[in-house]
Amino acid sequence: MTTPDPGATMTAEVPLSHSSRALNREPVVRKKPSQLGEIIFANLTRSFAFLALASLAGIIVSLVYGAWPSITKFGLPFLWTSDWNPPMAKFGALIPIYGTLVTSVIALVIAVPVSFGIAIFLTELSPPWLRRPLGTAIELLAAIPSIVYGMWGLLVFAPIFGQYIQPALMATIGQVPLIGKLFSGPTLGVGLLSAGIILSIMIIPFIASVMRDVFEITPKMLKESAYGVGATTWEVVWNVVLPYTKTGVIGGIVLGLGRALGETMAVTFVIGNTNFLSNISLFSPGNSITSALANEFAEAEPGLHTASLIELGLILFLITFVVLAFSKVLLMRLARQEGGKT
Amino acid sequence: MANFTLQETSEKTPPPVTQLSIRNFNFYYGKFQALKNINLDVYKNCVTAFIGPSGCGKSTLLRTLNRMYSLYPEQRAEGELLLDGKNLLDRDLDVNELRARIGMVFQKPTPFPMSIYDNIAFGVRLHERMSRGQMDERVEWALQRAALWDEVKDKLGQSGMSLSGGQQQRLCIARGIAVKPEILLLDEPTSALDPISTLRIEELIHDLKKDFTIVIVTHNMQQAARVSDYTAYMYLGELIEFDQTDTIFIKPGRKETEDYITGRFG
Repeated sequence: MTTPDPGATMTAEVPLSHSSRALNREPVVRKKPSQLGEIIFANLTRSFAFLALASLAGIIVSLVYGAWPSITKFGLPFLWTSDWNPPMAKFGALIPIYGTLVTSVIALVIAVPVSFGIAIFLTELSPPWLRRPLGTAIELLAAIPSIVYGMWGLLVFAPIFGQYIQPALMATIGQVPLIGKLFSGPTLGVGLLSAGIILSIMIIPFIASVMRDVFEITPKMLKESAYGVGATTWEVVWNVVLPYTKTGVIGGIVLGLGRALGETMAVTFVIGNTNFLSNISLFSPGNSITSALANEFAEAEPGLHTASLIELGLILFLITFVVLAFSKVLLMRLARQEGGKT
Repeated sequence: MANFTLQETSEKTPPPVTQLSIRNFNFYYGKFQALKNINLDVYKNCVTAFIGPSGCGKSTLLRTLNRMYSLYPEQRAEGELLLDGKNLLDRDLDVNELRARIGMVFQKPTPFPMSIYDNIAFGVRLHERMSRGQMDERVEWALQRAALWDEVKDKLGQSGMSLSGGQQQRLCIARGIAVKPEILLLDEPTSALDPISTLRIEELIHDLKKDFTIVIVTHNMQQAARVSDYTAYMYLGELIEFDQTDTIFIKPGRKETEDYITGRFG
């Protein structure tokens, strides 16, 4: 109705001819559908689905098996011991776990609002001719290999960051009580904060393009209804588009978080790779699970060191699993809230 | 076919007051001219229907009245839409305020993804500051006026999407009137509904015109005859005839109108 097509108005004499043709039609001999194909198809798809399940089980079993010496030796305290000393055969995973979580959180804190802004701009505000080039450029960010991010982070970003931005942060947010502690200490450039920022740049394209895609599937009429009661673009997006697309948006964020948790190369370049961490400052260098694995696996002695590294891998796997489960719970609660009492 | 509606519509007598004047109005989708020199008056507290075959521009005309088209940069309007002496096409006009004065209901029910209560309160909150108690009253008032209150009063916290299609559409009408607009635009409001829900909406339209001026686009001529006081027949972007609904359906002034309403064409 909204796009008038003058030609469409004149074609209304079809129905009669249809029934008259049906009368003098030859009887059709129909082939029976083959049962065999159906059975093969069903079994084939089922086997594919179970293949995924089998690989999952296989990976879990081999991780647990490989990590067994370390699990039995250190037990649960492995998770909160910060000692990582291969020559003394003492291993604790606190520093890498902390590094992984902190860098991922920093990445999300930066990437989610930025991606949200990008998605709103691309779907609601941008002039049409700009949409495609800008969208493509953002998707291309995802095509940059992570090692390139790592080199760029180490050679270009970290020096500038350490020289100009970290001192500025220290002079401003660093003066605030409590959170100020997070922005203090030597300004080395490399460290947890740098790694988090590089990670955020890496996951923005994922989150932004998922958000853009789900914003685009919001029915035009729904958006127009919200505009129709006098809502501004922001009010439409925040109150109507976002609730309507929340499943997709959370899915995009979890995708980005998964990427951030598992990213190895770029993080290894800029995180500083040290297993000593004495303060909570985000400026200090640290380690992440993935970079610990990348750095040490090749040289690890078979035995406790290798087992501990494999256990680190198992822990990372569990963290990702928990994140996924958490997002499912979140979605369920949101669904209940919408139908529940205000 | 319009005979049985005569008694119902012929009772109106007082001379109509113009609320909205459309003057020398042209509309373009890019280079395509969808509306050609439309001149039309919408009268206060009357129902005005736009009818015509698909593609005649009736929805387009409706969507210009609350500037919905300005969401789309390639769409362009020329001429005058005068409401209280002000041209709605003026660039410096506050579109959000305009849309509070001219509400709209769409072809399909479009409840917002929130509770029934919030569906109504959303629009009100955009324009007015009020206490929870006042808001409760306003929500109840709007749902009463939309003949939905009795069906939803015990489940205001439930999602608006949980209602049936007809209920959702009445929710959308309630949402539209909750902002207390002067004019309510209905864009084929019953095209996605079953006959019983359609009947309820039509009764509602009849009832609402005491408080609001209503403009309705419909592809259903009987509906236009049943609910409207004035009817505009449009064809290929032109306004062919505009008159009292009785006149249009009993002795139209133009041959084209007669052909269309007698079903010889369209």
